[in-house]
Amino acid sequence: MRSCRQLRKTWRFDNTKSITGDSDALGLVDIVRKSERGPLDLKDLALDLKPVAGAMPASHAVVRAEELRRVCERAREGYARLVALWGSDETARGAGFALHLALAFPSGILWASVPLAREHPRYPGIADIYPCANRMQRAAYDLLGIHAQDSPDRRKWVRHRAWPGGVFPLRKEFDIASRFPPADDQYPFVKVSGEGVHEIPVGPVHAGIIEPGHFRFSIVGEKILRLEERLCYKHKGIEKRFEALTPEQGARLAGRVSGDSTVAYAWAYAMALEGIGGTEPPVRALALRGILLEMERIANHLGDLGYIGNDVALAFGFFQFWRLKEALLRLNSELFGHRYLMDLVTPGGVARDLQRRQAERLIARLEAIGAEVAALKSIYDEHAGAQDRFIMTGQIAPELAEKMDLAGFAGRASGIRHDLRVDYPAAPWQQIGVQMASHTRGDVAARVSVRFDELFESIRLVQALAAQLPPGEIRVPLAACPAGGRGVGWVEGWRGEVLVAVETAGENRIHRVHPHDPSWQNWPLLERAVLGNIVPDFPLINKSFNLSYSGQDL
Amino acid sequence: MYQLLKQIAKTGIVTEPPPQSDESLRQIEQRLPEAILKHIGRALAIRHVDAGSCNGCELEIHACNGPHYNLERLGIKFVASPRHADMLLVTGPVSRNMEVALRRTFEATPDPKLVVAIGDCGCDGGIFGESYAACGRVANVIPVDVAVPGCPPEPKAILQGILTAISSGKRPAPTADRA
Ligand code: SF4
Repeated sequence: MRSCRQLRKTWRFDNTKSITGDSDALGLVDIVRKSERGPLDLKDLALDLKPVAGAMPASHAVVRAEELRRVCERAREGYARLVALWGSDETARGAGFALHLALAFPSGILWASVPLAREHPRYPGIADIYPCANRMQRAAYDLLGIHAQDSPDRRKWVRHRAWPGGVFPLRKEFDIASRFPPADDQYPFVKVSGEGVHEIPVGPVHAGIIEPGHFRFSIVGEKILRLEERLCYKHKGIEKRFEALTPEQGARLAGRVSGDSTVAYAWAYAMALEGIGGTEPPVRALALRGILLEMERIANHLGDLGYIGNDVALAFGFFQFWRLKEALLRLNSELFGHRYLMDLVTPGGVARDLQRRQAERLIARLEAIGAEVAALKSIYDEHAGAQDRFIMTGQIAPELAEKMDLAGFAGRASGIRHDLRVDYPAAPWQQIGVQMASHTRGDVAARVSVRFDELFESIRLVQALAAQLPPGEIRVPLAACPAGGRGVGWVEGWRGEVLVAVETAGENRIHRVHPHDPSWQNWPLLERAVLGNIVPDFPLINKSFNLSYSGQDL
Repeated sequence: MYQLLKQIAKTGIVTEPPPQSDESLRQIEQRLPEAILKHIGRALAIRHVDAGSCNGCELEIHACNGPHYNLERLGIKFVASPRHADMLLVTGPVSRNMEVALRRTFEATPDPKLVVAIGDCGCDGGIFGESYAACGRVANVIPVDVAVPGCPPEPKAILQGILTAISSGKRPAPTADRA
């Protein structure tokens, strides 16, 4: 058998001309040119900015479709990252459709809305400028029929067989109860052919206890040449469902976009509504939200660190970390009434207070858990077998991470130093100051290291917040949300930044909610992280990211 | 290595006694004869299928494998293929994009088989309900023997659901100790 290097010449990636894909294995996406001038400020874009009220700095601007690419190019050159892209139906408001972008600048978020025609709504695609936009543009087409022109990748994304092409569920005239006979579900994966190349299709039902999705591996021997993901098996109409709810009813649904990030979503959703109506949540509620968010971060890191051990045949790690995770979940249940803290963040505040005695118990229990994690960390650090599997496995280099906007702790493990708690320190973070964890190697070991650091930092934050809970109310009534209100919630969840954009309609109704999970950004990079690795390392690499299917599929 | 062994010794055994079965969770009468249940009960193979959950229910199913609940010591384990399974543990409202996959998984599971639906979503569609994108409860797609409510149900309740599915259904329903 010839070596991989010799074989490489003989492999062909079919369809790569027509489908470059969002994480094209051949690196066809142009390297983005960065200006020498450094970060660009929002004001340099010469847009008519309107402030969006709320806890996080945000502005809104209307951008004409002809201007869209110029704005995006300048934003990209100036280091602004694309946080989310979505569409909306404005026909009920006497217009056509709209495309929306959330771009993160050093001074805050820019919510850009691009008005589109009622007939043949289209806009110039931006996936060559922001590669992470590709899947979002495809989703916006499937759901609203707004079309990204000149996009090389026009495959469907959210639509499988539940509704036929040419039908768009997020259009206002579409009835949520509509049923269709199962449509044809053809999906052209990029084929790799050549000597010794095999395909392994995996899923949607996987071998482990994980969410459903389809992975198409092209391999030679044990090496992965290409991975292509197909997601959206869990699409259950969350965005459409929001539009039938009142803003207050939407809180429960927001907390179930991705169950493992329920606090982050509930907070982001509450933040958006509070901004719209001008509600000021009490300072005590904000401190309690901070505690809840960090407890969520600790729980998820504990669970994943256990599974990461399991995936390198260190079952010891699984049982130890899951013992600690269980202890934490029971503490949550005892103090807050829910193991995963669902429905505790509500618009206007939080649902439950923490008495002084309980706060003391929380601080003490976390001290004990922290000490145990420190002991386990040193066992992981010194375990040659585990480290051998971690180091240089599933690597995302900083340049690629930046180009594709790798988000959250995974981004921080690849040298992308962004953390909303540090970059825009709103209450309660400004009072205590958050230490950002980071690394530059971008491999499994780096993600493990960042997770450990963040876990310890979260323990410190919870303890600091619990030790000096400000007195006062924990909840105020949510002020009415006027028609045409626009709010942004933006929270650093355990996985990365969660954005919830809300527009309200008259009579206390929702016009549009777009919850955005950082997994949108990170899924395409999982495809890159596995290249050149062996198939048996896939579960390990996958777990080191642990991306949300539900949060992406909506 | 020494540290590792020391940690194991220090931790000891944290596993707790399993819950009793609870007949009130049963949706349809036990279809399997006593003789089969006797065998299954000691070596139950479960295939988990997430048919559209928010992933909250999965967190609790994972916890069932953890040391406090330690499903495996009861002879119950999760397997990688439906062809090896006696039981399907299904979460979520069934999304329409997962409907075919769930049906196929059910068909691929050899008889005799049991189905346990997990969570409010699995029981009645939960907060997501039925829509253009979701079929609602699991029983709308495949027959369900036992349904465990909760959002998400705690590991003890999940365990109880599994144990109920493999109990004969003739014992008086113990009501205490429901998580
Ligand atoms: S029952 Fe609750 S936790 Fe389970 S999938 Fe449904 S919403 Fe998520």
